[in-house]
Amino acid sequence: MTVTLFIPCFVDALYPRAGISMVEILERLGHTVVCPEEIACCGQPPFNSGYHAEARAIATPVLEKLADAEAVVIGSGSCGAMVKNFYPELFKATRHAELAKQVAARTWEFSDFLVSKLGVTDLGAKFPHKVTFHDGCHGLRELGIHKQPRALLANVRELELVEMTEVSCCGFGGTFAAKFPMISTAMGEVKCASAAETGAEYIVSSDSSCLMHIQGLLSRQGKPTKTISLAEVLNHQ
Amino acid sequence: MSERENILGRIREALKVNAPLPGWHGERSAEHLSAGDPAANARNLAARSGTASDWLPLVGASVAEQFELFAKNAADLKADFQLLASRDELKAALLKLRDAEKWRRVASHDGELSNFACKALGLPVLLTDRGYDVQEMEQCDAGITECDALIAQTGGVAVTSRSAGGRALSVLPPHHVVIARREQLVADLPAAFAFLQQKYTPDFPSMISFITGPSRTGDIERILVLGAHGPKKLTILCY
Amino acid sequence: MSTFVSDFKTRATEKAGDLRHRQVIRTALRGYEIVRDKRKAAFQSWESARQAAAETKWEAVNHLDKHLEALTAKLEARGTKVHWASTGEQAREIIAQILRDKKARCIIKSKSMTSEEIHLNHALEKEGFTVVESDLGEFIVQLRHEPPYHLVFPSMHLTRGEIKDLFQKELGDAPSDAPEELTMVARRVMRQKYITADVGFTGANFAIAETGMISITENEGNARLTAALPKTMVTLIGIEKVLPRFADLALFLPMLATAGAGQPMTCYNTMYSGPRQPGECDGPEEWHVVLLDNRRTELLADAEQRDALHCIRCGACLNVCPIFRNVGGHTYGTTYSGPVGAVITPHLRGLQEWKHLSNASSLCGACTEACPVKIDLHHHLLQNRRNASASEPAFFERLAYQIFGIVANEPAFWSLAKKLGWLTQPLQKAVKGSALDPARAWTKTRDLPAQPRESFKDWWRNRK
Repeated sequence: MTVTLFIPCFVDALYPRAGISMVEILERLGHTVVCPEEIACCGQPPFNSGYHAEARAIATPVLEKLADAEAVVIGSGSCGAMVKNFYPELFKATRHAELAKQVAARTWEFSDFLVSKLGVTDLGAKFPHKVTFHDGCHGLRELGIHKQPRALLANVRELELVEMTEVSCCGFGGTFAAKFPMISTAMGEVKCASAAETGAEYIVSSDSSCLMHIQGLLSRQGKPTKTISLAEVLNHQ
Repeated sequence: MSERENILGRIREALKVNAPLPGWHGERSAEHLSAGDPAANARNLAARSGTASDWLPLVGASVAEQFELFAKNAADLKADFQLLASRDELKAALLKLRDAEKWRRVASHDGELSNFACKALGLPVLLTDRGYDVQEMEQCDAGITECDALIAQTGGVAVTSRSAGGRALSVLPPHHVVIARREQLVADLPAAFAFLQQKYTPDFPSMISFITGPSRTGDIERILVLGAHGPKKLTILCY
Repeated sequence: MSTFVSDFKTRATEKAGDLRHRQVIRTALRGYEIVRDKRKAAFQSWESARQAAAETKWEAVNHLDKHLEALTAKLEARGTKVHWASTGEQAREIIAQILRDKKARCIIKSKSMTSEEIHLNHALEKEGFTVVESDLGEFIVQLRHEPPYHLVFPSMHLTRGEIKDLFQKELGDAPSDAPEELTMVARRVMRQKYITADVGFTGANFAIAETGMISITENEGNARLTAALPKTMVTLIGIEKVLPRFADLALFLPMLATAGAGQPMTCYNTMYSGPRQPGECDGPEEWHVVLLDNRRTELLADAEQRDALHCIRCGACLNVCPIFRNVGGHTYGTTYSGPVGAVITPHLRGLQEWKHLSNASSLCGACTEACPVKIDLHHHLLQNRRNASASEPAFFERLAYQIFGIVANEPAFWSLAKKLGWLTQPLQKAVKGSALDPARAWTKTRDLPAQPRESFKDWWRNRK
């Protein structure tokens, strides 16, 4: 299968290791990966702030580039939700309405693609650490992704997964983190405390944006817990 | 134009635009609903697969199972439930309560079971049926009432202003004692509502109350305290 | 910036950093979560029940005119006086006039958020009436002269020690800080009030069109007594609270209890269909029901968000909301706080003045997942943002997105932006968190990730 991999803007700039791991995993599974260079961002920041015209200005070329893709895989639950759930709404009653629905139907978040579409749960990875998993809210509640990453982690050799008792938002929320920094920080502190309770060395997530927020707090507070993307764990030998 | 007409006018104007059907992003199909005829919607809702009894907590089919469930639920609610074999046992249970709680005067109402209970107790009784003094009722140690139904699913009882001596008797005295017959047990809430509707339509008592355990509050640090304003104790004697 | 938004930001910043507050709320809600999950699991199908409840509310709200007419006809047929109020001011005047006619002095009141919405107590007290809140939590916040902290748990922000001190100061009676003893203090105070009050005032949870009833849900028995003893009873109810059928309560009552407090059923669920009827021994001689619009019809006119009128005020969305849990109920400055408050307040009080509540959300969706009647809460927050930006765009914010769009859509610009970001990293580090730092909103409390020299796209290009 030819997989069109959509690497979100912040993964491209800040977390290339996560994107590289996705490419390597998909290629190891025998798929052809293409990565359209013209695509940088899904348009979620203006969309979530209510600026739909500005969001469409970013999303329209994305949609056109993805028009012929056999399968689109996005390296983030949040951007995945944008394309899968919110593009049809954003392009409602525009000339791209139909295309938005078609692309949405062919778009997958990375872990969901591996497990639900390809039926793969064992990638032969090894990661000898105690970890906990953070569900990004968009992946969890917009896309209903919960079992998929856990099915994948269950097959990572020498990995011990300890779940947090509290399922809560990390407090990132895109521009929310800058518009209401103290609320966002308080939410992040609650999340970090839940993660610390598990005694995990690593917090793993499908969403690098959540990890950016969590790691930002952990580093500032001098906490030893580390963060790592799910793709990197799955690509670890 | 009256405010009634103003408000109804605004509602009708607003409803000219149809709302999306319930569920996220409309992904749930709800084809049985349309913005058209309310009677048709009601029929369609009734014809939908399943009813509240299929979704609410499970209740066993046999009477024995239902009593077992009622007893468990009542215990969870910190209500005292006693299933008794005969009127003699009922009398004995009442006398035991009277002595243990040191009742001196009770309030009650006219009814076959409540009359039996009051006679058995042999205490002065304030009857509510022909009016009563509120201060006197407040001084009574217990309110003894009949009820309309026991609900296995919740461990609670349904009373009305007609079946249970008015509105205050079941909440003002510090101890509410319900006297019931076994055949008053219903399986679940839908059955209780159906029963009440059938029993009373078209002339409902002005108050119907589902009482599920003794009065309670959690307003201080979410810690359960019984007897916030209503009875601290609820006893259900069923024979 | 309007004072509403600056007040909100000030209070939110203060509360979010208040670790004691965070602990009090967390402790209060932890028990709730455990029992709620247990009760939900006891349902044979909580999801089917939610869908059915959503559909029933949809049916009620989308035929609201017919249901209200049926409700009114049934209520009036049994001697209840029904009043209609378009605004809070009209409702206050209707209620005050009833009290004046009755030459009432003391009003005993059971819990009613709708009365908070129209600031009823304040208006009545200004006219010289004595208003006593009988719900324990409401009684406590009334003694503190503050609004309820939460729709369902008005005093959840207070510890037993604070309540003991309050009772000692205001009532001169607080034997200890044991919740049991403090509750008994309130019980003693209130008992005589029920008996001597001239008018009993209640809110309402549901109205039943089919049978002409008002249904009131409570745990303490205070509403039961309020509706039993005073000679006159007044009930205030929002027009959206109507349900089509008597039997609908068989589903809604346990769902309200489960979602709201993790109870299988609330202790007292009581349906009133009239004042004292012939042959009955007690109950009010007169019953007035006041139906309140107060801009609910504006929300009704927004078909996209009409489902917000499905709300049964269970408070489940507040309990799971990480914003509510960190900023607390009073920070919102609204009658209805939490996610549902953020959704409806812009409709009830003005979008531009209250849009900040819709912005103050990470859109995590925990509220929507918790809602027993499936209100699409977090998407409505997005719609409020869209409506606010469309009618009054913020110049610089929009400009920033336009520039971002140009950069993101042109690979050469995007590459250049990443290069610049990498090159300026040392500068940013030097001013990190200070007033000179353009990313200060982030870096005041959080580190920025180190940007690697090679981006994913660089790697991809080099590899080919």
